[in-house]
Amino acid sequence: MSHKVLLNSKEVNIILHRLACQLIENHDDFSETVLIGIQPRGKFLADRLAQILTDDYKIKNIQLGHLDITFFRDDFRRGDKPLEANTTIISFIVEDKNVVFIDDVLYTGRSIRSALTAIQSFGRPKDIELLTLIDRRFSRHLPIQPNYRGRQVDAIDNQKVIVKWLENEGEDAVYLVDK
Amino acid sequence: MSELSVNHLLGIKYLTKQDIDLIFETADQFKEVINRPIKKVPSLRDITIANLFFENSTRTKLSFELAEKRLSADVINFSASQSSVKKGETLIDTVNNILSMKVDMVVMRHPNPGAGVFLSKHVNASIINAGDGAHEHPTQALLDSYSIREKLGTVKGKNVVIVGDILHSRVALSNIYALQLQGANVMVCGPKTLLPKYIKDLGVKVETNLKKALEWCDVANMLRVQNERMDISYFPSTREYTQQFGVNKELLDSLNKEIVIMHPGPINRGVEITSDVADSKQAIILNQVENGVAVRMAVIYLLASKIKQ
Repeated sequence: MSHKVLLNSKEVNIILHRLACQLIENHDDFSETVLIGIQPRGKFLADRLAQILTDDYKIKNIQLGHLDITFFRDDFRRGDKPLEANTTIISFIVEDKNVVFIDDVLYTGRSIRSALTAIQSFGRPKDIELLTLIDRRFSRHLPIQPNYRGRQVDAIDNQKVIVKWLENEGEDAVYLVDK
Repeated sequence: MSELSVNHLLGIKYLTKQDIDLIFETADQFKEVINRPIKKVPSLRDITIANLFFENSTRTKLSFELAEKRLSADVINFSASQSSVKKGETLIDTVNNILSMKVDMVVMRHPNPGAGVFLSKHVNASIINAGDGAHEHPTQALLDSYSIREKLGTVKGKNVVIVGDILHSRVALSNIYALQLQGANVMVCGPKTLLPKYIKDLGVKVETNLKKALEWCDVANMLRVQNERMDISYFPSTREYTQQFGVNKELLDSLNKEIVIMHPGPINRGVEITSDVADSKQAIILNQVENGVAVRMAVIYLLASKIKQ
């Protein structure tokens, strides 16, 4: 199994700051915006962006939630593996808010489709944007595109993009792996 | 990734500790779901579930039906009192007729012990036992343990006494299995006539003095006196039962600690527990009801994931 480094720690850090700045350009003081990390892997990116916005750009009172989409997926009973649920933590109302979905990799778009359904359980947002660290273009099954992307990647179906986070795996890095 | 070790939920006896942990972890997520403004998820939109109740039930039937609907399953309901069972149809014929309507899962309550096991061997659907005679009531035991875990943080190492009609109680047997599997110490307490002879073989402590039992325990699970299952008189009078095995506020206040009071319902107020105890902050009876929906959603979801398309 071959590994190719797509992004190293320094590159990930630069991209995170760029994405944070793009969010500030569009959402100003974030008083009408909520950030939603899509479970399980999007929460690391969402947490990191919220930390940068708070610590480096002094944005106060960022509203950050984690959304699990397991029960809203369209592949229940279709895969070999059972779907295991994660935690949803959304302690605020999303009604009339600008919601930013945050996920590490955008691939087929089916997870985001599920997230669009799941978020309705918490109210009717004013609008929803999508931020993703890696955009695997040409792989989409649904007409879903990111508003903010860290890096666009061309990968074939038998390759996997793996995003590692310092908090979870001990390093910030993105690898392209042959399955 | 974990999955249940069984294809049916026939009794706690057939589950492993890992199964119970998985059900509880999944129920945690469903508990969050049922506290949302919109309490429904689309997971089981292609699953049809038949609720077959050959014996009367209010809360279990409602709880299962709510759990199924919140998972977006299609639900059909069947009550023996309004059916061809009265005309002499057998259990297998009844169920096969219903399964011909392309039902994927059956939730069944039946007055005969072992009815669920029997059915699982003869029909091609996932079976959930919602109570079979005086045998098992696995989802009740799961929600009881889940409620203890929620209230006390863990079930392991806790002292739990089950008080009352142990002889006729499917809740008692399932609870004993579930609590022991999770490492709790279990005691039963009740009139000698309502304690089965085999009970010590299950590894539980036996006590006939309620005060001593309450002094020992962290949790008291008060069972309903099941008059409908008693073919002979097991105690002289309800008044005498209440005096010896009923919990009231004075008795609780006389203990040097605060214990958790549970009851699977329906409560005979003034018999097993007094109203002031049932409505006190020590009682988690309504939490049990809420947790029942989340736990049943978890069980149905996990079993449905094993039904192949």
